[in-house]
Amino acid sequence: MAIKTYREALTEALMIEMDRDERVIIMGEDVAGGAGGSAGVRDNQNGIFGTYPQFHARYGENRFIDTPISEAAIVGAAAGAALAGLRPVVEIMFADFIGYCLDQIMNQAAKFRYMFGGKSRTPMVLRTAYGAGLSAAAQHSQAIYPMITHIPGIKVAVPSKPADVKGLMLTAMRDDDPVVFFDHKALFGVQGEVPEGDTPIPFGKGMRYREGKDATVVAIGRMVHFSEAVVDKLAKEAGITCDVIDPRTTSPLDEDIILASVQKTGRLIVVDESPPRCSVAGDISAMVAMKGFDFLDAPIQMVTSAHSPVPFAPNLERAYLPSGAKIEEAIRKSVDY
Amino acid sequence: MQLSREQLLKAYRQMKTIREFEDRLHEEIPKGLIPGFTHLYSGQEAIAVGVCENLNDSDAITSTHRGHGHCIAKGCDVKGMMAEIYGRATGLCGGKGGSMHIADLSKGMLGANGIVGGGPPLAMGAAIAFRNRGKGEVAVALAGDGSCNSGPVFEAMNMAVMLNLPVIFVFENNGYSEQTAPAYAVGAGKTDLVRRAEGFGMPASKHDGTDFFSVYEATREAVERARTGGGPSAFEFNCLRFFGHFEGDPQKYRIKGEVEMARDTMDCLKNFRHRVTEAKLLEGKDLDQVDAEVKQLIEEAVAEAIAAPFPPDTDVTKNVYINY
Repeated sequence: MAIKTYREALTEALMIEMDRDERVIIMGEDVAGGAGGSAGVRDNQNGIFGTYPQFHARYGENRFIDTPISEAAIVGAAAGAALAGLRPVVEIMFADFIGYCLDQIMNQAAKFRYMFGGKSRTPMVLRTAYGAGLSAAAQHSQAIYPMITHIPGIKVAVPSKPADVKGLMLTAMRDDDPVVFFDHKALFGVQGEVPEGDTPIPFGKGMRYREGKDATVVAIGRMVHFSEAVVDKLAKEAGITCDVIDPRTTSPLDEDIILASVQKTGRLIVVDESPPRCSVAGDISAMVAMKGFDFLDAPIQMVTSAHSPVPFAPNLERAYLPSGAKIEEAIRKSVDY
Repeated sequence: MQLSREQLLKAYRQMKTIREFEDRLHEEIPKGLIPGFTHLYSGQEAIAVGVCENLNDSDAITSTHRGHGHCIAKGCDVKGMMAEIYGRATGLCGGKGGSMHIADLSKGMLGANGIVGGGPPLAMGAAIAFRNRGKGEVAVALAGDGSCNSGPVFEAMNMAVMLNLPVIFVFENNGYSEQTAPAYAVGAGKTDLVRRAEGFGMPASKHDGTDFFSVYEATREAVERARTGGGPSAFEFNCLRFFGHFEGDPQKYRIKGEVEMARDTMDCLKNFRHRVTEAKLLEGKDLDQVDAEVKQLIEEAVAEAIAAPFPPDTDVTKNVYINY
């Protein structure tokens, strides 16, 4: 398999589907960029994270649409276009901006099929970049996937690896339900093996990235990489081995892969970049406490960000986020219990 | 453009059906069999019908919490609607949506909408699909005066103009945004909401919303323009709500006699009857026959709704997703 960046793998998925299905369109702020500028340039920066190389030239004005800074209109338009037969992929540049268009997600797209008695479909994908680590501060760094996971009618993908972003994006674009797709902005440059061709990955199927016997570490998004590093270190230095499980989608959630692992190890550590209250970590912990209580040999450990806004100063941001040290401490506490 | 006898009769039948539907709900609601909140459209019929008589099933509309009239005008099954409002399994949405969420995609009715300002961005998005498909379909956002103070509506109007989309924004100014009048809630152009739409760079005009012919003609031109790539338009149609914001609204904010005045001088059905009989386009007995047929239809709709079963409890988790 070829080694590619997360960004390249995402682009590959978008292109496969844009080439295959003309109902797929992409809309968002500065997706091409440069429109109306004095230089007359399009495909200016290929999207703010460089995910759309030459898409404007390739797909044209009707299928690759630069929008005004109007999040509610962008997401509302996607929902309306989906009802009318398109399969829109829209970008909300930073997940924090979902505040502007939550109605269109929560009250519109999520609920059409249910409210209309099963007689509609809303095949749309909302792509958005989330996460801390770049000193982007409180309004450009949040990990808000738990808020969206909470909404019935929406599916939520939070990939960690290049192969996963490709496979999950292919599935998202072919799914007839609305999907919110979270890319961690610090992952775009991460490399990994990516299979060639059309390789969709089903939603609701987690992946075990490390195998061990002493504890189960469930991690979301960028925290998978943090957790793998700690687990590799503990295996080498302390002979403690752990499963590292990435659910890959938080809605639907692969409960089986988590419960099977906890049944084997008897210990659970959940690592989640969002703040602790009503988090995915809390959700998974509650699920295991209810369905896997008998498997547990130690209290569940949650490693989350602080219950605070995301701070700006690099040291404060590090203190805010889960870290290798915090994950290691949680694993040791569990194993030593 | 002269409408044919059939077109006139159909327009009257549609308006009368809405009136009878709403007036009957007003009588039925106090009896306690209709759950939840209901917002009635009486007094505004000429707008829904005047707009929708220019549209086909392949054209789309979005609607509001006050959506019964829009649904009927766009061709939704009246008995299915009544059953839905009663929360029954035979309802258009299987009892899942109720009064505020009636939809029928096969008729291009993209849903009544409980969120004020929810519809216009959706209609604008449907217009993107129509533009790309290139078959001349048009989307119409039916919205109220309340929504003209909502940010997403402004965003949708701007995007419609910059992308030159086949979408028409219709603001029905029925005198009250819930319980507050535009005269208070609109900063600039208090009596002229449509100037806002004009400010976004589209043709926009204001007409008498109680005159079917005026609504029909104004919309016809805009629909033709949108079908042929001429881009969006906007309208303000004035009228007065005959009932409260919701059924049960004590309406202390209205002076005594306001509704009576409206029923006397701003009743689109009376106006229509007067116009077509004066001009000898239809006879009074033609219209009386429609009245009788509509009364019978609504009678049956209520009886059938009350007799229909509620959805089974197991439906609660059905159709949240297509697959999960």
